[in-house]
Amino acid sequence: MFYFILRRILQIIPVIIGVTLILFTLMYIIPEDPAKLILEKGATPEALQNLRVKMGIDKPVYVQYWRYIKQLAKGDLGTSYRYRRSVNSILADHYPNSIKLALAAIIIEVIIGIFAGIVSAVKKFSFWDILVTISTTIAVCVPVYWLGMMLQVAFGLKLGWLPMSGMGDGSLRYYILPAITLASVSTAFVARMTRSTMLEVLSNDYITTAYAKGLSNNMVIGKHALKNALIPVVTLIGVDLGSLMGGAILTETVFNWPGVGRTIYLAILQRDAPVVIGGTIILVIIFVAMNLIVDIVYALLDPRIRYEKKEIQI
Amino acid sequence: MATIKELEALEEIETGKKYSRTSLYKDAWKRLRKNKLAMLGLLIVILLILIAIFASLISPYNPIERIKEDSSLGPSIKHFFGTDLLGRDIFSRVIYGSRVSIEVGVIAVGISVVIGLFFGALSGYFGGLSDAVIMRVADIFFAFPYILGAIAIMTILGPGIVNIFIAIGILGWASIARIFRSSILTIKNKEYIEAARAMGASNNRIIMKHIFPNSFAPIIVYATMNVGTAIIVEAALSFLGIGVQPPTPAWGKMLADSMSYIDVAPWMMFFPGLAILITVLGFVLLGDGLRDAFDPKLK
Amino acid sequence: MTETENNKILEVKNLSTYFYTDDGVVKAVDDVSFDLKKGETLGIVGETGCGKSVTALSILRLIPQPLGRIVAGEIIFEGRDLLKLGQKDLQNLRGNKISMIFQDPMTSLNPVYTVGNQVMESLIVHRKLKKDEARREGLKLLEMVGIPEFKRRFNNYPHEFSGGMRQRVMIAMAIANSPSILIADEPTTALDVTVQAQILELMDELKYKTNSSIIIITHDLGVVAKYANRVMVMYAGKPVEFSSVDNIFYKPAHPYTIGLMKSVTRLDEEKRGKLKPIEGLPPSLIDLPKFCIFRARCKYACDECKGEYPPLKEIEKDHFVSCYRGKEFMEGIIERFDN
Repeated sequence: MFYFILRRILQIIPVIIGVTLILFTLMYIIPEDPAKLILEKGATPEALQNLRVKMGIDKPVYVQYWRYIKQLAKGDLGTSYRYRRSVNSILADHYPNSIKLALAAIIIEVIIGIFAGIVSAVKKFSFWDILVTISTTIAVCVPVYWLGMMLQVAFGLKLGWLPMSGMGDGSLRYYILPAITLASVSTAFVARMTRSTMLEVLSNDYITTAYAKGLSNNMVIGKHALKNALIPVVTLIGVDLGSLMGGAILTETVFNWPGVGRTIYLAILQRDAPVVIGGTIILVIIFVAMNLIVDIVYALLDPRIRYEKKEIQI
Repeated sequence: MATIKELEALEEIETGKKYSRTSLYKDAWKRLRKNKLAMLGLLIVILLILIAIFASLISPYNPIERIKEDSSLGPSIKHFFGTDLLGRDIFSRVIYGSRVSIEVGVIAVGISVVIGLFFGALSGYFGGLSDAVIMRVADIFFAFPYILGAIAIMTILGPGIVNIFIAIGILGWASIARIFRSSILTIKNKEYIEAARAMGASNNRIIMKHIFPNSFAPIIVYATMNVGTAIIVEAALSFLGIGVQPPTPAWGKMLADSMSYIDVAPWMMFFPGLAILITVLGFVLLGDGLRDAFDPKLK
Repeated sequence: MTETENNKILEVKNLSTYFYTDDGVVKAVDDVSFDLKKGETLGIVGETGCGKSVTALSILRLIPQPLGRIVAGEIIFEGRDLLKLGQKDLQNLRGNKISMIFQDPMTSLNPVYTVGNQVMESLIVHRKLKKDEARREGLKLLEMVGIPEFKRRFNNYPHEFSGGMRQRVMIAMAIANSPSILIADEPTTALDVTVQAQILELMDELKYKTNSSIIIITHDLGVVAKYANRVMVMYAGKPVEFSSVDNIFYKPAHPYTIGLMKSVTRLDEEKRGKLKPIEGLPPSLIDLPKFCIFRARCKYACDECKGEYPPLKEIEKDHFVSCYRGKEFMEGIIERFDN
């Protein structure tokens, strides 16, 4: 198990290097001079040149990249061109809000998604199955920001039950609409995946064995089928937390949520490279870390993977 | 005495002909036709293409014409979907907006399929180092949240529809490459490929003549599904203001413009959003239907 | 006669199980009747897809829903028709009075629970044992079916076992509650030849120990010859011949049975010439003809064979065959082993 985790951690490193390299190259192509962004319009050429030297952006790109990687290894994400603050502190302000929203969305996703999927699979072709199938099919096609706006109109404007935007005092009421919006697509995916893995599991020989042993329907589904069916679903949910954090851009924009998605989006519009790269790297690290956690949970759930290396047979 | 039908049945029993007669595609089409949802999807897609082609005939107004005295009107007989702040007819704009979506769907996904097939072939057929490198790069693309990547590329390239084709084309290749790679791997070691190789067929010939036709089905399925995703991403980019630029009517942009007025003029955002929903639904239903039709076991 | 009547532990009458697929109705089992006597081993043989497995699954009503349905028949066990049992009674019966062993031990055990857990489950459900009692019993069972180091192996997962060992675990689960009937659906097909013999010996031994009856479903005539008392030969969802194992092997009366015999390697092969496969393929079970289903592959078909399907007829005592020329075959009027 220890080597399993170690191996997975070592696999992360090339991914992170690759992402930083791609991002860095992309941002470098931007034909914009960061020095001009920082100084006011009337700055003298000498002042601009001085700043460039100070920032190190007069050097060739590989030198810049190497310097950035060295900084990154120390956990320093650099300084924002716009706000002249460290990227670490800007992100630190916003990440908690995004994570809280993502967690709220995950809770919705897990509870509603898995439940709907199980009901749908067990009562195949029933009214509930058709309802779940139709609503999940539609949910994956709805543009999230449009759903957000519709919810705002319905529950904020017309009914007046919930606040339309912002985080307010951070109480639960503010989370409901953005969390539903953010969770919509993922919930549909979880429900569909639970349904299909459940159906697949139910067609396995060991399910017939379980029935042949005289177990009740509930025992067969609750004990023998569910644990097998949830293994891939756990993977999906874990992977999803990463993409939720990226997908939060649209939701956070519609709901004016002070999170990192909105921060990255604003930074891209302002060509604030350090914030974009720093934010995205953190995002990718979280994504990859989630994958690692999922793999470990996976190994705990599925004994076949745990013993990957030492297969014993008599 | 046996009737003719019985004799036919007897012949079928003897020769086992019934099973081998129909081909994969005929079978798939038969199954697809039985699938009502897939047929609905196909209908939506065909209608959408027709609407995009004949937009100028269908729409009652010029989509960028501003009718000053008609600004911010609700839906009526004169303006089916109402008008926007600048007095433009929303119905006409929604009709014309289908053009952007179809273009993005076809061209951007076309680009990603070409890139994906190239790298998938390289990876699956030759294996070794090229396989390892390409698949690691594909992993990175998967690790990167799609919408964030699209935003990053669009910021660098600047807004505009051509750049959307490029951005979505670049981002979508990984799934096609993976699918093509895995179908190559399964087909590669089949006897008929070995036979072809033994007969001295070149690599190109084997890929084009033998492997491609056999992995065509999963690629069609994934490409169809990717069209839905591409349309959603395009709408999101336009919504964020870094996609299609005004005055070209695009559904995402129309939603962005209406965002500030959802309290006073909800119709402005309702119809473009519905148009996106129906369009994407069409491609998703068709894609699901094709998947089930090509591989009934997955159902 | 009355004595044998009382001996019947299971009686299947006119069982028909159909599958309703997109391509039509598959008559997987069509009007099958047989009985099982106390303490005997009944073999059901036939080619793949002849309905023998579906017959077995029908007895415990394990036909996959909603595709398959038992459309007609009675299955009498202990004076009750199993097809009329409620869900609760059915659960009490399965794995308790009648239990089953499946073809593929690689997929028949749940991969995410330990072997011990799965063996204990049968005991807990039917005998309402406490966990530690069930554990003690479960260990005894694993020992009984001959699993080495059973104490350590109890907590292993199925993937840590070989195919033969898994099948032993399946047998342990099946005999946990000393069932009166054990149905084995091709229990050795997926195993190595050497392991096959061990598993069959084990089942035979346990049959005497627990005083149960066995229905063994197989396409392996060697297995039937060695372990079965009576044999039912099935073809395309119908029984074509049903008799004692001696009759089936020495006086086969159906051209299909004869064909099966000829397609088996035997030690006295030289006397009979070459191994002979049966020509042609078994029919699709959709739209079966009304005349004899084997006619298309039978070179002895006569005019009578174009008429009605031949009913199962008793041509001598306890020897049933569904062929118009059965008697001729049995009496050797038609040369059985000609080329």
